[in-house]
Amino acid sequence: MDYRRYGFIAAIVVVLIGIVVKLGSGQVPAGSIVSSMIGTTIAVATPLTLGALCGICCERAGVVNIGIEGMMLTAAFFGWFASLYVSSIFGVGPMASLLLGVFVAILSGALMGALHALLTVTFEVDQIIAGTVVNLLAMGMTGFCNRQLFFGAGSAFGGHIPRAPGVLPHVRIPLLADIPLIGGIFDQQPIALIALVLVFVAHFVLFFTQWGLRTRSVGEHPRAASAAGIDVLKVRWANIVIGGAIAGLGGAYFTLESVPSFEPLMTNGRGFIALAAMIFGNWKPIGALSAALVFGAAQAFQINLQLFRDLIPPKFTFLQQSSVVGLVPYVLTLIILTGVIGKTTPPAADGVPYDRERRS
Amino acid sequence: MTSPNAASPAPGASGTREKLLKFIAPWKVPALAVVTAMALGAILIAVAGGDPLSAYSGMFEGSLGSPRAIAETLVWSTPYILTGLSVALAFQGGLFNIGAEGQLALGAVFAALVGYGLPGLVGGSVPGVLHVPLTILAGGLAGAAWAGIPGWLKARTGAHEVISTIMLNYVALNAVSFLLNGPMKDPAPDNVIARTPLIADSASLSPILSSFRLHWGFPLALLAAWGVAWMLKKTTLGFEIRTVGANPEAARYSGMHVGRTIVVSMALSGALAGAAGAIEVSALNHRHQLGFSQGYGFDAIAIALLGKTKPAGVVPAALLFGMMRSGAPRMQFLTQIPVDVISVIQALILLFVAADVMVRRLYRLKGERERVVITRGWGS
Repeated sequence: MDYRRYGFIAAIVVVLIGIVVKLGSGQVPAGSIVSSMIGTTIAVATPLTLGALCGICCERAGVVNIGIEGMMLTAAFFGWFASLYVSSIFGVGPMASLLLGVFVAILSGALMGALHALLTVTFEVDQIIAGTVVNLLAMGMTGFCNRQLFFGAGSAFGGHIPRAPGVLPHVRIPLLADIPLIGGIFDQQPIALIALVLVFVAHFVLFFTQWGLRTRSVGEHPRAASAAGIDVLKVRWANIVIGGAIAGLGGAYFTLESVPSFEPLMTNGRGFIALAAMIFGNWKPIGALSAALVFGAAQAFQINLQLFRDLIPPKFTFLQQSSVVGLVPYVLTLIILTGVIGKTTPPAADGVPYDRERRS
Repeated sequence: MTSPNAASPAPGASGTREKLLKFIAPWKVPALAVVTAMALGAILIAVAGGDPLSAYSGMFEGSLGSPRAIAETLVWSTPYILTGLSVALAFQGGLFNIGAEGQLALGAVFAALVGYGLPGLVGGSVPGVLHVPLTILAGGLAGAAWAGIPGWLKARTGAHEVISTIMLNYVALNAVSFLLNGPMKDPAPDNVIARTPLIADSASLSPILSSFRLHWGFPLALLAAWGVAWMLKKTTLGFEIRTVGANPEAARYSGMHVGRTIVVSMALSGALAGAAGAIEVSALNHRHQLGFSQGYGFDAIAIALLGKTKPAGVVPAALLFGMMRSGAPRMQFLTQIPVDVISVIQALILLFVAADVMVRRLYRLKGERERVVITRGWGS
């Protein structure tokens, strides 16, 4: 049952926060450590949640998507580039250029989704390979464009990098944000808040609307769905493109909400951790959010450990190495994936291309 | 899969022609995929303000234009052959090993450890006949152990190797960074970067000709390709790997140990990637330095698929990728187009190989489409 999973998650989050509170207790009040860790946890969980939602869209419709990483990376680059371009070349204000950047990010995510749909749905390419194509193409394209547009022969800004328009500002929800300890949940940047809202929207759409029913039937038994008059290929296309757009919003987080710059390969495996979150969450939006929060807590733990590195007891000095603490989220992903917390069941037709003419 | 239109060949001249056509047939789509990707790359170069013709002639010059260039191409191809084989072997067993990058890094670290540490451990110099094989073996074993973990996890718990190998890549990179900054850091007083000490001379794989960087690792890689082909075709283990890859249910029904075969396939795959890292250390860099890998492990995926997941196909695919990489600097020098354009072309090659329908429609090729099935979702 899912309760075991949620219990496990709560335990991990509490332990991680507890360690940091214990460490910093002499110097910083526990309350502010807790609220800052909650804030970081949610911020880090944002792209993971959005990535996992993308995965859920695709896989509930029966298409495996390991290209989330590439979709986010592409969106991160082009969203950032668009905002930089309009703000420095056309002198658009920072807020408007950031919003345009988010829009471009969503669009480029959707386009990568369309590529994945073309490969997997229309051409029936092995879905894992198609996802790999998306990832490698994204790695190559963003690397190429990054160097070409900033340093290459056709550099867009005449060889120097202009000042970025900053990052999306915090949105503080009145009253709720004033609650002690957990108030930080309601004092977030916009994409984080949208991600939280989208989780519940996705849950509602998936389980309480006709669209969701159709999507799930296509993912469980496409032939039966087809017999019932549902256009399997269309439903899959639509879901993958929507998923791509959501991943694109997740990509925007990296360059428009977290830091105002782009680094090659900056998504750093977050797309794959998002997939793990999806699997751990049993292909359900709320489950995926909870898993994303574990990874968020692991990262918050890592960041805060760096802040208090001088307070680490001598026995554990190896924890001062950032590369050692950097392992935590990845090892956690592995542990979670091995099904310690119970088996998960993917949609029955997940990964199987739908061929109208073949009987199965 | 054999093509169904391979009717009994007519005798005489037309017989040799048919034989030739039959020989070419399986390579038509990959070849056209490469051509198409290069054409799209040319458009990209033109859009970016470069001259495609001089770009490609620069690439050709830089990779095949002189004996030195050819030697460099073979140097680049060596890790590509081994990592390509690694991914291809896993594919044959129905496994997708995205972890070659991490296995290669760990292989390089352990090879370096044996390379510089062994003489001190045994208290004296080690003869090269022993030291070189031990160095490469250490790399191979490290890669095998690292790849065995996701194999074991898959066999035991069903955790999909795509995610576990990727996670292990990040774990490996962090672990290597820790080792190179800490316990294994070069203690030389002037050293500030994360790298190991130089390996002993006895652990170094020598160059074939003293004037070029080309080393004995290249023939070793070819030997490995032959060995993997032989293993897959002629041995019981190879048969088991292919059967498990084609149909795990049938393999289980016929009494094969599916789980064990999965672990062995992954370990062998990792051994090849680890050996690739070890050879890079032993023959070229003579130490392990952070960030030396040029993404061999990821290019390997494209190479394995371009080579149709068979050793005989991996070698030419690896040579092609080696050409592109060794020719890239010259291309950048001539046209000011960033070398990253090569990565885009490689991704496009993978795209067209994967979606062979696109190529077939574009060139109006007849014949059956080939269906590459690597995996069926997360359940299998």
